[in-house]
Amino acid sequence: MKKKMTAVTGNEALAEALRQINPDVCAAYPITPQTDMMQRFSDFVADGLVETELMLVESEHSAMSGCIGASVGGGRVATATSGPGLALMWEMLYVASGMRCPIVMAVMNRALSAPLNIHCDHSDAMGARDSGWIQLWSENAQEAYDNLIMAFRIAEHPDIRLPVMVCMDGFIISHSVGVMEFLSDDVVQRFVGEFIPHEPLLDVGHPVSYGPLVVIDQYHEYKKAQSDIMDSVFDVAAAVAQEFESISGRRYGLFESYRLEDAEFGIVVLNSAAGTCKDMIDEARENGVKVGLLKPRLFRPFPYAAVADALSHLKAVCVLDRSDSFGAFAPLYVEIAASLYPRATRPVLLNRIYGLGGRDFMPEHVEAVINEMKDMAGLKAPALQKKYISLRQYL
Amino acid sequence: MNTSLKLKDLIHKEMRLAPGHRMCQGCGAAIVVKMVLLAIDKPVVACSPTGCLEVTTCISDYTSWKIPWIHSAFENAAVTLAGVETMYKALKKRGKISQDMVFVVFAGDGGTHDIGFQSLSGVMERGHDLLYICYDNGAYMNTGTQRSGATPFGASTTTSPAGSVIPGKLQLRKDIVKIMAAHNIPYAAQASPSHHLDLMRKVQKAVSIPGPKFISILSPCHRGWRSHVDDAITISKLAVNTCFWPLYEIENGKTRLTYIPKEKLPLEPFLKMQGRFAHIFQGENTWMIEQSQRHVDDEWNALLSLGAPTDPEK
Repeated sequence: MKKKMTAVTGNEALAEALRQINPDVCAAYPITPQTDMMQRFSDFVADGLVETELMLVESEHSAMSGCIGASVGGGRVATATSGPGLALMWEMLYVASGMRCPIVMAVMNRALSAPLNIHCDHSDAMGARDSGWIQLWSENAQEAYDNLIMAFRIAEHPDIRLPVMVCMDGFIISHSVGVMEFLSDDVVQRFVGEFIPHEPLLDVGHPVSYGPLVVIDQYHEYKKAQSDIMDSVFDVAAAVAQEFESISGRRYGLFESYRLEDAEFGIVVLNSAAGTCKDMIDEARENGVKVGLLKPRLFRPFPYAAVADALSHLKAVCVLDRSDSFGAFAPLYVEIAASLYPRATRPVLLNRIYGLGGRDFMPEHVEAVINEMKDMAGLKAPALQKKYISLRQYL
Repeated sequence: MNTSLKLKDLIHKEMRLAPGHRMCQGCGAAIVVKMVLLAIDKPVVACSPTGCLEVTTCISDYTSWKIPWIHSAFENAAVTLAGVETMYKALKKRGKISQDMVFVVFAGDGGTHDIGFQSLSGVMERGHDLLYICYDNGAYMNTGTQRSGATPFGASTTTSPAGSVIPGKLQLRKDIVKIMAAHNIPYAAQASPSHHLDLMRKVQKAVSIPGPKFISILSPCHRGWRSHVDDAITISKLAVNTCFWPLYEIENGKTRLTYIPKEKLPLEPFLKMQGRFAHIFQGENTWMIEQSQRHVDDEWNALLSLGAPTDPEK
């Protein structure tokens, strides 16, 4: 089968995926850098290429509320947002997962205010990491497209029925042209399949109540049940990825492991920065430095044991975070540390904060962290565990 | 084709809000919800924001709703139901659903005038086909009678208490019916449970019109109003006959009074039945009675100048 490669932006890729999937309802509110995706999708609606009912609401809070109502109604629902938009949805994110709404949302990762910044940063999705949403992260347009298609299958799986957010880097991927391969419409539609409603609100013959008050007697058990469902996502995500490989030839794990097997040092990073890291890892390898990379794809739920298996043999690991938890270690670092703590042998861990608010992440930054790990392992000297890199005064 | 609103016929209709709910005895909201549902013949899909009605009608394993019902949060009942209604349109378009149904929000004044205002405005502007019922008890009753944008001038609430310096709430209510009508929706109205035929006729008219509809219904709360448990209907009747709560509708921009009291009563008897106004009858605060009366008179005269009734009370 001859592959047809296309040059598109990340937003084009995701708009195209939504066109192919043709969801029943899409409620959205414009925010940079997501706007361009929803504009493209609005064109598809205006031209009759999809049957989707658009709800062009007056805020992201209403976008998520509308999605919840539509989802509970009994059909397929999608939306997209970025940065402050996701922050405004925060309350409703928990309602969407608590009500088992299989909503799929693209998140073009963007910084949070203040100061105002529209560029790439992972603070938005990290702020939503405990909301009960499944999170898939994507390095480039191809991965975002593939993840978005797989997201519907994971979200709507009868044992899961949970919302999924598909993250890709704002501007760096959403607005940059990259080369990727689209699947054909019928292949996507067959893969995603018909939406099968579960206890839909619109079934007036079988009235159901959604959103009860549950207090001290049962709330705790509700949340335990939610936690158990999240734990069952790993198998479903893996099975969906396997089926996706059979239609696309592209293989996805819960995370990507790059040249880690024989490595001494490792970098852990999410999304687009992984590309830069892989290039520099190849270069370091040519110079005899044994370094590899782990790029989480499924961040919620987080595959702790598998991540520990992939990293515990290393001498040092640097976790690169594109968001911070002020006064604490950054979110990705915390997960890696939690993965490795139960292991008898484990690497020294570093946490480096990079690229906030769209600050460029350059090859020399990767080189610097590789050197830092090398030096530290040789000297056995403790380095500052958490540090900002690529600060302007150090350039 | 609407069923008759005669009591002898209504008593045979199924109550779609089951007894056993946990609203206070004598609560106006329960009466309002039952009257609205009785007036509608089609299947109803309902939504409530967080509030008294919501927390008392669906707890843990129990629900009083014999119809599909959803609560998602406080500030978004209108758009939550608009989402359901949009899915209904989407599924109808795809031939996956064919049954006719009506979408109704039941929200208090906090969820309507205040925190839910933005999403409500958006839903009205976008023209979703639903009926929004505001049961207005003039404060945040579920959290303990805090002042809202619907609390009447002079009322003492837990956050606008009648103190020695500030004598209760000093601001006027939001005129929510006119605000809704200003969205150019086909139907906005005000009703009271004391005039149940008027209320139910308005509901029947509203659900017969496609697009967004809004009805504000007075909903006495004896806990917050500091009135007797069994006075909900008596106070509602006084609210109407003092013209504190005029019964009117705005259909396609045209205002019409649906009831004019034979004798317009002074405000005092209405205010006197409610402990929340007790302080304004005391010495230095009596100016507040006069000011309240002036507001009521001004609004009533403005309404009179807009529309005389065509079907006065029978």
